[in-house]
Amino acid sequence: MTTNFSRAPATRPPEAQARETVSQAASRLRQRRRAWRLAAWAVPIALFVAVAVVGPILVPYDPVTVRLGDRLRPPGAVLTSGTRAWLGTDQVGKDLLAQVLQGARISLLVGVATVLTAGCIGLAVGIPAGYFGGTLDGFLMRIADLQLAFPSLLLAILIAAVLGRSVTNVIITLSVTRWVTFARVVRATTLATREREFVMAARASGASTNRIMGRHIVPLTVTPLVVVATVELGLVILAEASLSFLGLGTPPDHPSWGLVIANGRDYLSTAWWISTIPGIALSLVILAVGLFGDQLSDFLNPRTVSN
Amino acid sequence: MGSYLVRRLAYSVFVIWGAVTIVFVVVRLIPGDPAQLMVGAEGTKADVEALRHRFGLDQPLAVQYVRYLGQAAHLDFGDSLRLEVPAAQAVSQRVPVTALLAATAMGLGIAVSMPLGIFAALHKQSVLDRAVSVISLLGQSVPNFWLGIMFILIFARELRWFPSAGTGGVDHLVLPAATLALLLVGVLTRLVRSGLLDVLDEEYVRSAYAKGLTLRRVINRHALPNMLIPVITVVGLQLGSLLAGAVIVETVFGWAGVGRLLVDAISNRDYPIVQVAILFITTGFILVNLLVDLSYAYIDPRIRYR
Repeated sequence: MTTNFSRAPATRPPEAQARETVSQAASRLRQRRRAWRLAAWAVPIALFVAVAVVGPILVPYDPVTVRLGDRLRPPGAVLTSGTRAWLGTDQVGKDLLAQVLQGARISLLVGVATVLTAGCIGLAVGIPAGYFGGTLDGFLMRIADLQLAFPSLLLAILIAAVLGRSVTNVIITLSVTRWVTFARVVRATTLATREREFVMAARASGASTNRIMGRHIVPLTVTPLVVVATVELGLVILAEASLSFLGLGTPPDHPSWGLVIANGRDYLSTAWWISTIPGIALSLVILAVGLFGDQLSDFLNPRTVSN
Repeated sequence: MGSYLVRRLAYSVFVIWGAVTIVFVVVRLIPGDPAQLMVGAEGTKADVEALRHRFGLDQPLAVQYVRYLGQAAHLDFGDSLRLEVPAAQAVSQRVPVTALLAATAMGLGIAVSMPLGIFAALHKQSVLDRAVSVISLLGQSVPNFWLGIMFILIFARELRWFPSAGTGGVDHLVLPAATLALLLVGVLTRLVRSGLLDVLDEEYVRSAYAKGLTLRRVINRHALPNMLIPVITVVGLQLGSLLAGAVIVETVFGWAGVGRLLVDAISNRDYPIVQVAILFITTGFILVNLLVDLSYAYIDPRIRYR
């Protein structure tokens, strides 16, 4: 990392470079153990990604075919086609497992696309705001403040209602409602970095403003951005499901988990599984992302590990 | 305090103006004609033109904006397209219904999370402390609309303890309030626990023990008042998600509040209602945060505003 050189002693005794002391070895070992622990917390998320990518290939989702003879069959039932519906079927005879797998893909797609888009908006707003300060900063941050005065889901409901239902529109809606957090983090990092020695050195050696921002400041915003992105990923997946539940998210032929849960509401007495199972999947994914996010920020800021 | 109050009020007015403007921008500037949206696919061209004229959509945007601000100042957003009453009136009738739900959920959330958090802090690292962290984590991870459906499934359909939907007496209030409260419990319990743990290390707490006060008195008189500020801040901020959550929970339980009205209005393309409902909820949120800010000085005498 380029960030260390201001803190490193100017001249190190040669023997310290050659041999590793016991305490250095211990701290390296501890560091490695912490990395492994972090990796273990990432396993559930990796599992989710694998299911979202591979699942719909193994159990394809068919948005068109309706088999009324197989409607509302419980989990494990054998259908008229001879196949087994491990998670049951819905009110038009569609396999729930296929819908849950397809829903995983939609959640992942919307989550990642939104976080990337909102992250880019955050960079585009936060870096100039933090670097130039002044009127531009004041203007951009007042917009951010105004937007935070809105409960973000409410703003999403408004935008989604006007835009209409589609996967792309959900991504646009959620990016617009969630960029503020990214912009604030990027701005704070930029403010802290602006006066660091290497930025001054770059400025003194005649680097252009664009080059300083692009080559020297952007790389330092990556770590805080990754932490925020992890937290936001869970929130975005939840927001997508909420919008779809209200009928403002994905269109009916895209079985997002929120949409499937909403579909099952009318069949609670006869077919509890339609609403229950996608909700369990959704809760587990949000839980997994949340736990990983906690571990990640502990890993990156070991000093702030709280009680 | 006086000038602080004025500045804080002015800022709230600014933020409310911002909310009004954001609603205007979203509804008017997004591609697509609101009049066309309101009329729907079955409307004729003449219908669309009539509606455009009625809402002033045939005027330049700047004129529309100024007119819109004037109307907003008078809380006049035109008539609801479906209900044939002024939109502001239709929404304000529903405000107490939502306020009752939100306040009950808030009270329930605080009543549950304070003792849970205190207990967890006093028995740090015990089995029950772990259990409390798991509960609070679940509270933050389980989507409230799904939780509401599960409550209906278990407590209304299977056990038949409570009605599954509708607005009415206390029995109708229990399930939606409990659903809304759980998110708050998740956030607050963690906060109370870590806040109390921080305070318990302070010297004045040790002195309080040293002079022979009971645990109860140390907690109630010395520890709790000093950790209230962050708790109240978060309660105020959580009210935003609580109100947004109310939109969803009201839809799940058929609770006839502002949120339910909003969701119905969206599916009916009743834009005047949509605007007013969103502005009312947002304004409520802004005002509560104003009250939270002002209450700091009352709770913590060390805080004096200049």
